[in-house]
Amino acid sequence: MDLFLQLTLAGLAIGSIYACVALAVVMIYQATDHFNFAQGEMAMFSTFVAWAIFQSTGSIWLAFVLAVALSFVAGILIERIIVKPVESAPIFNQIIVFIGLLMIFNNLAGWFWEHTTKSLPSLFPEDMGFSSTLISSHNLGVIVFTLALLLVVFMFFKFTKVGLAMKAAAADPDSARLVGVSVGWMLALGWGLASAIGAVGGVLVAPIVFLEPNMMSGVLLYGFAGALLGGVNSPGGAVAGGLIVGVLENWARQYVPGGSELGLTFALVLIVGVLMFKPAGLFGRVVIKRV
Amino acid sequence: MIRPNALTPKLALSFGALVAFGCLVPLIVEDYDSYQITVAFSYGIAILGLNILTGYNGQFSIGHSAFFAIGAYTAAIMVSHFGWHPYATLPFVAMAAFIVGFLFGFPALRLEGLYLALATFALAVATPQILKVDALEHWTGGVQGLFFDKPGALLGFSIDQSLYYVTWIVFVALMALTWALLHSRSGRAIMAIRDNPIAASTMGINTALYKTTTFGISAMFAGLGGAFFAFANAFVSPDTFNFFIAVYLLVGSVVGGIVSIPGALLGGLFYVFGQEYAEEVSNLSDLIPPPWVTFGIFLILMMYFAPFGIWGAIERGMARLKRVSSS
Amino acid sequence: MKLKRILLAAVAASVMSGGAAVADSTGITDTSIKIGNTNPYSGPASAYSVIGKAISAYFKEMNTKGGINGRTIEFISLDDGYSPPRTVQQVRKLVEKEKIAFLFQSLGTPTNSAIHKYMNQKKVPQLFVATGASKWGQPEKYPWTMGFQPTYDVEGEIYAKYVLDNVENPKIAVLFQNDDYGKDYRDGFLRGLGDKKDLIVSMLPYETTDPTVDSQILAMKDSGANVFVNISIPKFAAQAIRKSCEIDWKPLHLLNNVSSSVSATLKPAGLDCSEGLITAQWMKDPTDPQWAETDGFKEWSAWMDRNLPDADRGDVNYGLGYNVSKLLHHVLDNCEDMTRKGIMGCAANVKDLELPMVLPGILVNTSPTDFYPIQAAQLSKFDGQKWALFGDVIDASN
Repeated sequence: MDLFLQLTLAGLAIGSIYACVALAVVMIYQATDHFNFAQGEMAMFSTFVAWAIFQSTGSIWLAFVLAVALSFVAGILIERIIVKPVESAPIFNQIIVFIGLLMIFNNLAGWFWEHTTKSLPSLFPEDMGFSSTLISSHNLGVIVFTLALLLVVFMFFKFTKVGLAMKAAAADPDSARLVGVSVGWMLALGWGLASAIGAVGGVLVAPIVFLEPNMMSGVLLYGFAGALLGGVNSPGGAVAGGLIVGVLENWARQYVPGGSELGLTFALVLIVGVLMFKPAGLFGRVVIKRV
Repeated sequence: MIRPNALTPKLALSFGALVAFGCLVPLIVEDYDSYQITVAFSYGIAILGLNILTGYNGQFSIGHSAFFAIGAYTAAIMVSHFGWHPYATLPFVAMAAFIVGFLFGFPALRLEGLYLALATFALAVATPQILKVDALEHWTGGVQGLFFDKPGALLGFSIDQSLYYVTWIVFVALMALTWALLHSRSGRAIMAIRDNPIAASTMGINTALYKTTTFGISAMFAGLGGAFFAFANAFVSPDTFNFFIAVYLLVGSVVGGIVSIPGALLGGLFYVFGQEYAEEVSNLSDLIPPPWVTFGIFLILMMYFAPFGIWGAIERGMARLKRVSSS
Repeated sequence: MKLKRILLAAVAASVMSGGAAVADSTGITDTSIKIGNTNPYSGPASAYSVIGKAISAYFKEMNTKGGINGRTIEFISLDDGYSPPRTVQQVRKLVEKEKIAFLFQSLGTPTNSAIHKYMNQKKVPQLFVATGASKWGQPEKYPWTMGFQPTYDVEGEIYAKYVLDNVENPKIAVLFQNDDYGKDYRDGFLRGLGDKKDLIVSMLPYETTDPTVDSQILAMKDSGANVFVNISIPKFAAQAIRKSCEIDWKPLHLLNNVSSSVSATLKPAGLDCSEGLITAQWMKDPTDPQWAETDGFKEWSAWMDRNLPDADRGDVNYGLGYNVSKLLHHVLDNCEDMTRKGIMGCAANVKDLELPMVLPGILVNTSPTDFYPIQAAQLSKFDGQKWALFGDVIDASN
């Protein structure tokens, strides 16, 4: 029983990271109707920036806040400068631009900071008065932080004017323009927020998986799967999807025969299976109704 | 380039010229270059399959690496374990890849856009894992993969030249076949499904059958490409056929021109030689970032300046020339 | 002087005869040698590209001092992204277009496997490959390929023997990377266990695309294992060490050499969590104070100061790059027959060579029937600060 619990909790912890990535992916999707393949690499780059700031200031929280802020700005700039020219181009062209960004960020990080594994301290120190072999304080912090983040995002979209404007811009750009929403800047804002969320995910995951240029490639795959499982129109769905994928993969590895070799395969087969019955994701439809 | 050009003497002549030029190339360049271009062709064949599926039929796939792998491994297994001559395996490669693609087409019917992408992506990610499974190790060679001899030299040409010619002939044959397909009634149906699936089915087109068959055909092309890739390198190994191959195939497809036939050839060449040039640019100076950064910048610039791919740019260039000369 | 003229004439003759099989000196002239290399400068194994950088720096410096054996070294190192088909492409380019004399320290097991046959068919030396797989030491079948570092399977056998000799009632868990390298180690370990393979209670793979190995560690603890054989690259090794620490699992932990670097693996994992780890070493860890006063270390350190001052000193791969460059330097310096075959012959004639960043007592030895230059290692235990060697140097050359 202990193992099951530990696997589940570990799954939730790593699942929270997938959830962060999924959230970033959904954020961009909600704002721009497209998937940004470069999300993971941008998050990794942000984490390196955080590391660099930490090296010179010694404070992980300061590094975290600055990295998130810088990522927010960078996201906006990237959208306005690099993505804008292909805004109205066919979807494939945008995907290629994203792939180009992916390559650039991944290799630039390696060029600037080298490829050796680096460690980043946890935002949640060990001596928080909580310890257990079931789950580490960092992992617990990650889960709690992600849920808090989700709450913030949810409230942003539901209760703020800007959030509403963003949703409008994505759902119906023309009508949105007519009521005075600056669609272009809403897109940029979406990117900025997504990059910021990605940076959060990166700093949360680095203490678990360690920092190096390829840190996020595995995570992005699962985050992507999580977002689709949950439903790309739903931030809550994305988070749920990420958590489910994290737990599912751990269970599949341990409890399915042959799972140790094919863990990822089983998880993906299951996700695709779910999509057969709910083609818009587990929670996709519900949110559409709400909007 | 929404639909392929009609059969005019000009088209036939251009095609003939292309085939002839392709045949001349190995005689002018070294063996190494022939080998490289052969690899480009093998990608090109797979990209042609992707163009049919995504460009002409509107079904999104980032999983073609799986079919590429199936083709490569089918050929490798038949050559290594059963001693078949490499070229003799091609019909079986085509069949195996077609069947898998066709079967995959069924669940794909239920999924649209992004979700289909996820399903194909799942397939791509699962492929190396499945190839490495201990239970299949006897056939697949497990993590080490399978090694075999390249197809032998033909008619006095070198080994590399011979493989080049066979690959080129198959490639142009497939291009002609694709053109014929797209010009037939089936082709119109395929494109109608892309443009307006509801209208298409209202008009009596069996969209399910067409979509799954197109998937099969597309997979078949990718499988053939994979087989030639295996021949060129004389081995297959599981981690080679990872998800990134699928991404690069998509990149080659879009850069070449996803809704086109010649675009596949251009895409394959871009895939191989784009990397080469990126490497050369980066080696010019220590201040220049690594090759993949340069390549990424290439890609983005391509999308700005050639949004319909290289072939699209060529066509538009030619159209503009025509307008200028006739005014 | 006469000898030089004869040599010159021979070289000219062989070049003019189009590289005849006997005296093939492609890429070698009186004043220069072209050496090729492939390294993963991008992709999943990019951490090892440090080796390429180190070698590059070594040759660059040597060139300012008149080169090696009177010849300038033109070193061409290409990125293969750890992808075997790309390695085939790059190596063919090096051999057929750049016309290198030989390939040196090309990195990776699957990547070198892809070009193994080709190099031998073309009769181009594939020298001192950067992988510990066991297949590189077969001079009868593959006379043009030679390994360098101690092989993985011998290391695996060393661990097996240690477990059988020192643990009462061992219950063994094995974590391994699901590829050529991981399985080579694993198979070596299994071979070392002989008929006691049933002592293994858990054997779990991981992929490099997996974000963590946490679930594997949890499962291993649950299996009741008291011995843990950790066959993983630094990132995952660090994760494994840290997770075991977190869940209070304290088996006898045997860590494979490729991840034994203090700065790349143990520091991120946590030095206190790494206490008690055992590995089989053959190189000096650069952060280990016990070597600080040795000549070898000082030589290497000064070289780093001159050539790579901003590099991460803790990365053991800089030491590896330096070691293998020195080996090549020695081979070429003492080689009279500067042709491909001659160089291969000289490489197969190294006797008791000491390298600066290799453990004392471990010497390089090759012969026409022994293509494994280094076949010895010594066990060491991590004391929370450094690797403390114990026991004797274990020599596996036979």
